[in-house]
Amino acid sequence: MLYREAGQFKTTYAADQQVFPIRQDRIAVAALLVVAFVGVPLFANQYWLSAILTPFLILALATLGLNILTGYAGQLSLGTAAFMAVGAFMAYNFALRLPWMPILVSFMLAGLCAAAVGIVFGLPSLRIKGFYLAVATLACQFFVLWALQRVGWFTNDSASGVITAQKMVILGYTFESPADKYMLTLCVVAVLAVLAKNMLRSETGRKFMAVRDMDIAAEVIGIRMMQTKLLAFGISSFYCGVAGALYAYAYLGTVEPEAFNLDLSFRILFMVIIGGVGSILGSFMGAAFIVLLPIFLNTVAGPIEHLLGITLPSGLMSNLELIVFGALIIFFLIVEPHGLARLWQIGKEKLRLWPFPH
Amino acid sequence: MNWQFFVEVLVSGLLAGIMYSLVALGFVLIYKASGVFNFAQGAMVFFAALTFVSLVERGMNFWIAVVVTLAVMVVVGIAIERLVLRPLVNQPQITLFMATIGLTFVLEGLAQLLWGSQPHGLELGIPDVPIQWLADNANINISQFDVFAGLIAGALVAGLAVFFQTTRIGRALRAVADDHQAALAVGIPLRQIWAIVWAVAGFVALVAGLMWGARNGVQFALTFIALKALPVLILGGFESVAGAIVGGLIIGASEKLAEVYLGPYVGGGIESWFPYVLALAFLLIRPEGLFGERRIERV
Repeated sequence: MLYREAGQFKTTYAADQQVFPIRQDRIAVAALLVVAFVGVPLFANQYWLSAILTPFLILALATLGLNILTGYAGQLSLGTAAFMAVGAFMAYNFALRLPWMPILVSFMLAGLCAAAVGIVFGLPSLRIKGFYLAVATLACQFFVLWALQRVGWFTNDSASGVITAQKMVILGYTFESPADKYMLTLCVVAVLAVLAKNMLRSETGRKFMAVRDMDIAAEVIGIRMMQTKLLAFGISSFYCGVAGALYAYAYLGTVEPEAFNLDLSFRILFMVIIGGVGSILGSFMGAAFIVLLPIFLNTVAGPIEHLLGITLPSGLMSNLELIVFGALIIFFLIVEPHGLARLWQIGKEKLRLWPFPH
Repeated sequence: MNWQFFVEVLVSGLLAGIMYSLVALGFVLIYKASGVFNFAQGAMVFFAALTFVSLVERGMNFWIAVVVTLAVMVVVGIAIERLVLRPLVNQPQITLFMATIGLTFVLEGLAQLLWGSQPHGLELGIPDVPIQWLADNANINISQFDVFAGLIAGALVAGLAVFFQTTRIGRALRAVADDHQAALAVGIPLRQIWAIVWAVAGFVALVAGLMWGARNGVQFALTFIALKALPVLILGGFESVAGAIVGGLIIGASEKLAEVYLGPYVGGGIESWFPYVLALAFLLIRPEGLFGERRIERV
């Protein structure tokens, strides 16, 4: 009844081709943005801002990056965290060596560095695909972390390997409180998400999808394989690099190689799977799901413990978390291989008919 | 650079490579029979080793513990077939791969939930000391344990080869590996075969777990050796048992040699990524690995 596009006529091509062609969608997105930009900073407390919402946005950005590569261009990567690490460390170095530069510029330059690394490690994708490529990207994961730990220039010869991130300063304003950091992250994520959305419905995005669906056929119809695959790696790594810089600066507050281990790569891959392969909305949903799941499990465990009058050892909890996590992945793959985004879509279809059956 | 030292490094590398091969073998078995790239093999190794060591520590006889662990692994294999693979039949390979990543988490969590997460020592009764004869006569230090592990791996490969080549089930396995549908058409029970393959992979995981456990202790780090088996796989090719062995030897030897002779120049610790880069460089020349099947692609 509410969600129905009947009566919305398009009279111009521009109106027909806009990102959200249905008015209700536009209203919903606008409302969401208002909540995110105005409501959340006003009403959310420190814990929510710094421990849940900021990491959620950052991980959503990384997920988006991986989704461009895996979901749209069809190249499986297990080296996401390495690209993030490149972003974080290059941002650190830019901020260290060019302190007058606004931090956002450092982040973007760091993203470009990550893109360059991504392109280098994307080169094998021209020859190999599938599992072989997945393993090849693991090489990136290990090599990059090793290089960051061994080459003194990256860490500015820090003895401990854990560096405190510099303050984020843009034109004299320092982003320090959780709300500041949240707003900065939100702005970056929002802009990059809009760019991604538009890129993926442009020629570039369609090329990616052609390569994903069948690369030989794509080549036959004249899509340049090298250009397209490397572009996918580059753009994806750019997103991951920026996410990595934000992860270090706006969330952790430290720049350290250990934060970007293989585990993070897997977590981001799971966000892609659970959220929905090849969906921007799905990237956000997947990130929200994986960020909230441990918190949810802990919250549920409390009352259960209370009810049974026992205390679960913390080791047990973390193992249970692992099991639930893994089981959920399998469950999602079996029940809904297209993830939460697909469920959302089905929900919308249902909503169009509601409350009438036909 | 003296030659004794070189031989020492080379042989220890080769023997370490055999240990990688043991893990890679589990991957190959499952990939051959079902086309699933089983990322959970490392977790299976960990699960098997932890189960075994916990049983022994609770006072169970060595051989009974082996049998019980084997039974557990068979049950795990069948459960995986029933709960994970069967609902995912006909899905793209990448989906199955991701499902096994999920499986990794479940197995790791389950193992530690059941047996606790503290590291255990594992004693197989073979001391990790240099072979006296070689040390005396040629001045080369090669661990007795490594040689023993090599022999076990050799026996395992030979056993598997016989199993694959001569037994009825082995032939059925090869048929399934060649073509699922054709195998079904001639009356091979696919589900049963998959359960058997996963059980055999569980057995291989147990052997690998015992070897690695005795070497490094049974602890969570055991799951990472699966990652070391991956370059072995891409070097040797996913479909080839021989490839797993040869790849393992190459990776083991080259990583040790690189660490010793190349490491000092670049700051050491290159063991973590050298195998991958080696395998990667190799893939650029031959994308299907040493013994992998050449893909023919059509539009």
